[in-house]
Amino acid sequence: MNGLFSARDQRALSAVPAWILWLLAAAMAAQIGWQSAGRSRAPEASDLPPAPTAAVLQLAGLGENAALARLAIVWLLAFDSRGDNAIPYQRLDYGRLIGWLGAILATDPRSGYPLFAASRIYADVGDPARMRRMLEFIDQAFAADPNRRWPALAQAALLAKHRLHDLPLARRYAATLEKLTTDPTVPSWARQMEIFILDDMNELQAAKVMLGGLLATGRIQDPDELRFLQGRLADLERRLQHSQGKPPR
Amino acid sequence: MPMNRPTSTVARYVLIEARRSALPWLAAACVLAALGLAGFLSQVAITESAALQASACAALLRACAVFLLAMHVIASVVREANDKGLELALALPLSRPAWYLGKLLGFVATGALMSLLFALPLLAWSRPADLAAWSLALAAESAVIAAAALFFATALGQTVAAIAAVLGLYVLARSMAAIQAIAGGALADEGAAGQAARWLVDGLALLLPKLDAMPRADWLLYGAASGAELAKALAGLAVYFVLLTAAGLFDFSRRNL
Repeated sequence: MNGLFSARDQRALSAVPAWILWLLAAAMAAQIGWQSAGRSRAPEASDLPPAPTAAVLQLAGLGENAALARLAIVWLLAFDSRGDNAIPYQRLDYGRLIGWLGAILATDPRSGYPLFAASRIYADVGDPARMRRMLEFIDQAFAADPNRRWPALAQAALLAKHRLHDLPLARRYAATLEKLTTDPTVPSWARQMEIFILDDMNELQAAKVMLGGLLATGRIQDPDELRFLQGRLADLERRLQHSQGKPPR
Repeated sequence: MPMNRPTSTVARYVLIEARRSALPWLAAACVLAALGLAGFLSQVAITESAALQASACAALLRACAVFLLAMHVIASVVREANDKGLELALALPLSRPAWYLGKLLGFVATGALMSLLFALPLLAWSRPADLAAWSLALAAESAVIAAAALFFATALGQTVAAIAAVLGLYVLARSMAAIQAIAGGALADEGAAGQAARWLVDGLALLLPKLDAMPRADWLLYGAASGAELAKALAGLAVYFVLLTAAGLFDFSRRNL
């Protein structure tokens, strides 16, 4: 038998019995037809299983916690996110979702992905009850590592002010952020978050200031994250123009 | 198709080889390891201990069945080729398709026997009907793995390359549904690169079996899939089994030995 990559001459196609050729063609057609009929799609909200404990997740990672935490969050984001879904993530069980986010965060506490997803995606669903639960989760997670997790709480404060129209809640988050962050590289607007929240800026202006601040301090280095945030900013701009009756630019 | 006496003779010798090799001992060791794991879990679980034991053992035994069978098939075929046993066999009045199908039949029977053996320890925690469905699905999965291992071992002719190809196929087939689901999500890149990646993933999925669907350990906890679902999943694996067999027959028939 010839080895891998070795030059080997093959017999003519006529050496292959005809029934094998027909079988191969028919089997290939059947396989493609069968798989085309049963294409996998993004899972439904109801498919989200209960969250495991952080210890179980760490065990499943076999020591590769950083990789597992990131793969798990990518997998989690697929639930209730089908392309034909008008408002993704709104049907998810937020109790389970928060359980998953907490377990993933505990698996790799230095990863910013879980709180990024919590503040930028799951807390931005339009359902006040779900938003409040997610903001509370962010607030609790922030206390464990304020200098690393402040961008999520800053976003939570903005959402509380502009989406929930709950100024006391926004001020509480802002005050917590001011009190617990000690890193001198945190931008001044974040260290004076309460003033920033009380400023008479609209949501778009505040979001632009925040994105600019994050860029200036080098917090955003990933081009995909920058693209995602710029896309969100454009969405916000379109939405505000639409609500004010102006045609989008 | 030449499913006649030479084919069954080759299949019988494959079974005899499997019985005389270390495979039965390794399979028994896997059962003992699963029972040991169950014993350990029963000591540390504070609730759902039976469910924990059943699911962990089933997952471990499934992985063991696939790994052992793939290694056995590849080692057997490559050794026979290196020892010139293949040339000797084909010098006899035995056609190439008869040799290939006989080997495949023997390896499929080996996988089925191993599936039966691996189902036995799970009787302690599962309903017989659910376990029968799990065992049947494991036998079907083993048949696909045996066909893939035989195909890659004859086509590549090298142990390491064939092992890598079979395990790669298995891992990809088990994870493809999740990869497709992630690729189709709302946050996926809408640009040309994202679209190309989705097409690539969808195209790849067409060429893989749905191994993620069965046999799953949760069948032993919450009841097996319905008869119709099981039949549909088995039919999908049967289609892929025929495809691998046809591809192997085609390649082996064209090979200049």
